[in-house]
Amino acid sequence: MPTITRVLVANRGEIARRVMATCRRLGIDTVAVHSDADAHLPFVAEAGTAVRLPGDAPGETYLRADLVLAAARASGADAVHPGYGFLSENAAFARAVLDAGLTWIGPSPESIEAMGDKIRAKELMHAAGVPQLGRLEPGAVTEAELPVIVKASAGGGGRGMRVVRTLAELNEAVRLASDEAASAFGNPTVFVEHFFERGRHVEVQVVGTDDGVVVLGERDCSLQRRHQKVVEEAPAPGLREETWRALHEAARKAAEAIDYRGAGTVEFLLDAATQDFFFLEMNTRLQVEHPVTEQVFGVDLVAAQIAVAEGSPLPAARPEPVGHAIEVRLYAEDPGADYQPQSGRLGAFEVPDVDTELAVGTAAEGLRLDAGFAAGDEVGTHYDAMLAKVVAWAPTRRQAARRLAGALRRARLHGVRTNRDQLVALLTDEAFLAGDVSTAFLGERSWGGGSAGVRPAAAAAALALAEAARAARTVQRGVPVAWRNVVSQPQVTAFEVAGSGSGAEERVEVAWWGGRDGYVLDGHTVVAAAPDAVTLETDGVRSTYAVVVPPGGVGAVDVDGPQGHVELRVVPRFVDPADAVASGSLLAPMPGTVVRVAVEAGARVGAGDPVLVLEAMKMQHTVAAPHDGVVTEIGVAAGQQVAAGDVLAVVEPAEDREEQG
Amino acid sequence: MSAHREAMLEKIAALDAENAKAVAGGGEKYVGRHHARGKLLARERIELLVDEGSAFLELSPLAGWGSDFTVGASLVTGIGVVEGVECMITANDPTVKGGASNPWTLKKAFRAAQIAAENGLPTIALVESGGADLPTQKEIFIPGGRMFRDITRASAERRPTIALVFGNSTAGGAYIPGMSDYTVMVKEGAKVFLGGPPLVKMATGEESDDESLGGAEMHARVSGLADHLAADEHDAIRIGRRIVARLGHRKARADAELGAYAEPDLDPDGLLDLVPSDLKEPFDPREAILRIVDGTRPGVGPGANAAFDEFKPLYGPSLVTGWARLHGRPIGILANAQGVLFSEEAQKATQFIQLANQVDTPLLFLHNTTGYMVGAEYEQGGIIKHGAQMINAVSNSTVPHLTVIMGASYGAGNYGMNGRAYDPRFLFTWPSAKSAVMGPAQLAGVMDLVMRAAAEAKGQAYDEEGAAGIRAYVEQQVEEQSLPFFLSGLVYDDGVIDPRDTRTVLGICLSVIDNQPIRGTDRFGVFRM
Repeated sequence: MPTITRVLVANRGEIARRVMATCRRLGIDTVAVHSDADAHLPFVAEAGTAVRLPGDAPGETYLRADLVLAAARASGADAVHPGYGFLSENAAFARAVLDAGLTWIGPSPESIEAMGDKIRAKELMHAAGVPQLGRLEPGAVTEAELPVIVKASAGGGGRGMRVVRTLAELNEAVRLASDEAASAFGNPTVFVEHFFERGRHVEVQVVGTDDGVVVLGERDCSLQRRHQKVVEEAPAPGLREETWRALHEAARKAAEAIDYRGAGTVEFLLDAATQDFFFLEMNTRLQVEHPVTEQVFGVDLVAAQIAVAEGSPLPAARPEPVGHAIEVRLYAEDPGADYQPQSGRLGAFEVPDVDTELAVGTAAEGLRLDAGFAAGDEVGTHYDAMLAKVVAWAPTRRQAARRLAGALRRARLHGVRTNRDQLVALLTDEAFLAGDVSTAFLGERSWGGGSAGVRPAAAAAALALAEAARAARTVQRGVPVAWRNVVSQPQVTAFEVAGSGSGAEERVEVAWWGGRDGYVLDGHTVVAAAPDAVTLETDGVRSTYAVVVPPGGVGAVDVDGPQGHVELRVVPRFVDPADAVASGSLLAPMPGTVVRVAVEAGARVGAGDPVLVLEAMKMQHTVAAPHDGVVTEIGVAAGQQVAAGDVLAVVEPAEDREEQG
Repeated sequence: MSAHREAMLEKIAALDAENAKAVAGGGEKYVGRHHARGKLLARERIELLVDEGSAFLELSPLAGWGSDFTVGASLVTGIGVVEGVECMITANDPTVKGGASNPWTLKKAFRAAQIAAENGLPTIALVESGGADLPTQKEIFIPGGRMFRDITRASAERRPTIALVFGNSTAGGAYIPGMSDYTVMVKEGAKVFLGGPPLVKMATGEESDDESLGGAEMHARVSGLADHLAADEHDAIRIGRRIVARLGHRKARADAELGAYAEPDLDPDGLLDLVPSDLKEPFDPREAILRIVDGTRPGVGPGANAAFDEFKPLYGPSLVTGWARLHGRPIGILANAQGVLFSEEAQKATQFIQLANQVDTPLLFLHNTTGYMVGAEYEQGGIIKHGAQMINAVSNSTVPHLTVIMGASYGAGNYGMNGRAYDPRFLFTWPSAKSAVMGPAQLAGVMDLVMRAAAEAKGQAYDEEGAAGIRAYVEQQVEEQSLPFFLSGLVYDDGVIDPRDTRTVLGICLSVIDNQPIRGTDRFGVFRM
C-alpha cells in the first residue's frame, strides 16, 4: 500500500482540525474543503490547501461526494479522511474514493454497508453470537413490551428515534420516525425494540488490522440529551470485570464478523441494574468521543487509522487503560430553551490551563481542548452546534471531573449561549460523581442554572460601563464619574438578562452613586473599577469580575466572575419610538384610507408581496411585505382611516434557521 | 478628629440638609402626584438628559433660602454635559406651586443666562411652569421680560437655545418655546398658549379647549411652534440630546489639547482640618492650594515638577500669588494669607493680575480677608491708592476669574479679591465663609463708638444698657446675614460647596470657560501712582 502524503479531510470544524493536527505531526500535507459559511474558521486557515465548496447547506457542500472528490483531484490529495458524520459512513463515497485511486482512511465500503443497514447488521451480529435485543414488529407490540423505542434503520446520532410509552402513540411515532428517517437519510425503514428507562450507553473502541482486532477498552456515553451525547468517559464507571471483559469480547466478535479494518466503535445498550448488554450498532468511523480513549490508552487514533490505511504498524498503545478521562461537548445551545441551537459571534473563547490541543496529552493528568472555533468566529446554524470538546484526564474519575468542571467554570465564552453551566452542574453532581449514570439522567433533572451570580455581575457591568464612558469622555475628563454637588438620586444602569428555563428576559437594575469618594453601591464595596475589570468586596469577600463592554455602551456585556459567566444586555436609556414597534410591523407612511387588505392574518407572504393598499392624497400606495414571513396581525380593515405611523400589519420573518445536516 | 474638622463637618451636614430641601421640592405629596401622572421630576429629567456618568454642577441650589419661598426657588439650573457638549440646563420644578416663578426664580434664571452668555454655552430649558407667582407679580412682571430677551440674544450670538416643553408653558411662559431655536413638545403633556380657554372666552367669546389652543399635536402639525412631537417625556429628552448632537458645537480649546496631570500633592480631605472655626485665626492658603491644584509631576515642560510656583514670595507676604494648573489648565492664584491687605499686597496683586492678562491665564481668588489695613501710617502710605490699583486691575482684567470664599470676606477686601460685584465667571462659597462690610463684632463696636460720640456731642448721657442691647442685636443680625446660606439665598454666589469638592467644581468651571477663547486685556483704568 502506498505511503500517504497528502490527506483531504472531507469534514469541518474540530474534527477537521483534529485529523489535520495528526497529519502535520506525521509529515502529511493537508487539504480542507469548506462551505462558504465556514470560510473563516480555523480548520480552513490551518490546512495546507483549501478548496471551496460553494454554498452553505450540507447538501450543497460537505455531502456532495462529487465535489469533494473533485477537490481531492484538484488539490493533489492521495488520501481522504472523512471525519465523522457527513460522508463518513457513505459506502458509495468510500468506493468512489478508492475507484479514483486514492486511499480511503476508513473501513472497506463493504464493512460500511454491512453495518450501515441496522436491520442487516443485527442479523449479522446475531449470527456472530453478539448479544442483542429482540426486534419487535411495530404492529405486534404488546403492553408488556412497553416502553419501546422506534429507530431509523439507516440512521445514527439519535435522529429519527422516538420513545413510545403507550400503545396508542405507537403508530404515529412510527410514521413520524419514518418520515424523519426518509428526509434525513433517504431511507424510511424503521424498527422497534424494548426501551430501558435506566439504560446506559456503553461502547467499545476497536481497531481492525490485518493481524486481527485490537480492542481499546470501552467508553460510557450515557449522558445524553435528545439522544445527543453530552458527556463521555473512559473507562465506563462501575462495570464489573466480567461485564467489561464480555463487552470487549462481543465487540471483537462483531468486528471480526465483518473482517473490519480501521477504527470503529461497537455500541451497546447496557441495563444499569443487571449490567446485561445488547448490541445496538457499529459505527464504522472515528467517534466524536475518541479523545477519552486516546487519553487513557495513550494512543493517537487518527494515526492508527492512517497506519491501517497505509499498512504500517499501529502506534503503540497501553495494554490497559490508565486513569480516567472525561469529555464534554460544549454546544452553542440553550439548555433552558429545549436546547435550541444558538448563533452569534464568539466574542471570547478561552478555556484556561489547556495542556494540549487536538492531540494526545502525555502527562498523568491534564486538560485537552479540541475546538472548531476561535474567538471572533461566527457561529452559524447551518451545522452541528458543537463548539468544542473539552477533555480532562487524571488518575481518578473524580479528579478528572473536578479538573474539567473547574476549567469550564473559568472558561470565557462570550457571544453565544452555551451549555457550559449545565456541564459544570453535571460534572459536580453527586449522583454523577457516584457513577450513577443513565441515558435518563439529564432528562430527570432541571438544569436551568442559578441566577445567584447575576446581581453582582450586573453591578460589575454597570461600573465597567461607567468606566468605559469615563474613558470615552471628550470634556471634563478629570471630574469624578457621576459627580453631583446636589445629590438627588442614584445613577441607574439597567440590563436584561435571559431568564433561566423559559428564556424570558429578566430586568436587572443597578443603582449606584459616583462622586468624590468613588463608586458606592448597596451591598458591595467597590475596590477597583476599570472598563475591563471590576473588583467588589461583598461581606468581606473580594471578587474580581472580568468584563467586556460593548462599543458605545450599547449591546451585550459579558461578565466572568466567581459564579460563572453572565451575559447582560444593556437597556438603552432611550428608544426611538420608530424603533420600538414590533419588528416586522408595517406602519402607515402617511395619513390615509385603507382601500384594500390583500391578505389575511396567518397568510404566508414573500418579500414584496402586497399586504394592503392605502389611499392618500388621491394616490394609491401599496404596502408590501418587507421580508418573507407570516402575517401575524392585520390591524386595519378596508375603509378605515389611519394616521401616519399607525401599525397596519405585522409580518413576522420566516424562520431562517435551516434544518442542520 | 480636629476641632476644625468637627466644626466643618457640622456645617457640611447643615449644607446637605439645606440642599435636601431643594431636592424635596414641593414635598412628598406633590412629588407623588407628579409621579402618578407619569411625569418625571425636574432632576430626573436632568439626570436623563446629561451623558451617562457625567457631572452635573447645580447652580444656586439654595436660591430663596431665608425667604418665604421654597429653597431652590422652584427652578433647577446647572451645567451638564449633553452629547459631549457643556450646556446650561434649566428645569422648572413643577412640584413647587406648579413651577411658578417668584422673584428668586427670576434671579436664579438670570444668573444662569449670564453664565451661559459669558461662557458661550448652549441652553436647554426643561419647561413646565404655571407662570408667575401672582402675589409677587410686581417684582416679576417688569424685570421678567429680560428672560425672553436673553433667549433671543443668545440665539443672535449663535448660542443655540433649546426648549423641551413637558407641561404648562402658558401666557408669558409661551415665549420660552417661542423664542427658542429648537422646540420639542411632549404629546399630551405640553400646553403652550397665550391665553387659556377661560381667557379666550372672556376676550372673544370663543369656545375652545387646551388641546386646540396649545396642545403638542396642534403645535407640531398646525402652528409649527413645535419642531418635534415627542411621544413621551423620555422621547423629548432623547430628541433634545439628538438636537445637541447636531449643533456642531466646538470649544475654543478642546480638552484633547491639555497635557497630562497628576492628582493634588496633598489629600483634599485635609481641607476639612484647615479652616479655623474662629476666622480671626489665619491659616496658610498654600495648604489649601496644594489640595486643590494639580500635583507635582516628574518630567519636563509645563505642569511638570512644581505644583505651585509662587510669585513674589518675599514681598507682601499677607497675599500669596502664584501659578498652578487645575485639570491640566493653567491658572494664576491670589490667596489671602494673613487676612489683612497692606499696600504691598495690593501692589503685588495688581502686578500679578496684569501678568495673567499678558498670558491669557484665568485667575482664581481664594478669600480669607478682613480687608485693607486702616490707621494713620497706612493711610499716609497710600493704602487707598494701592487698594484702588488692585480694584482697578480686578475690574478691568478680561481673563476669566473664579472666586472661592473660604473664610472671611470683609470690607473692600471682598471687592479687591473679586467679590460678586466684580463679576467673576463663577463664585462659590465654603460653609465656613462669612461676608460683610466688616466683622459683626467690629461693626457693632464701631456703631457703639459712633453713637457714643454723637451722644457726647449733644451733651446727652449715653444709655449704656440700651446701647449694649443694640450692639448685641446688630452683632447677631450681621452675623446671620454674613453666613453662606443667607448670601447664597440671595444668589450672591453660585452655590455653597463642600471644600473637598473644590477641585472638581473649579475643574468643571475651567472646562466650561474653555468654550470661549481667553483674551487678556491690555487696557486698565488709570493707575493712580
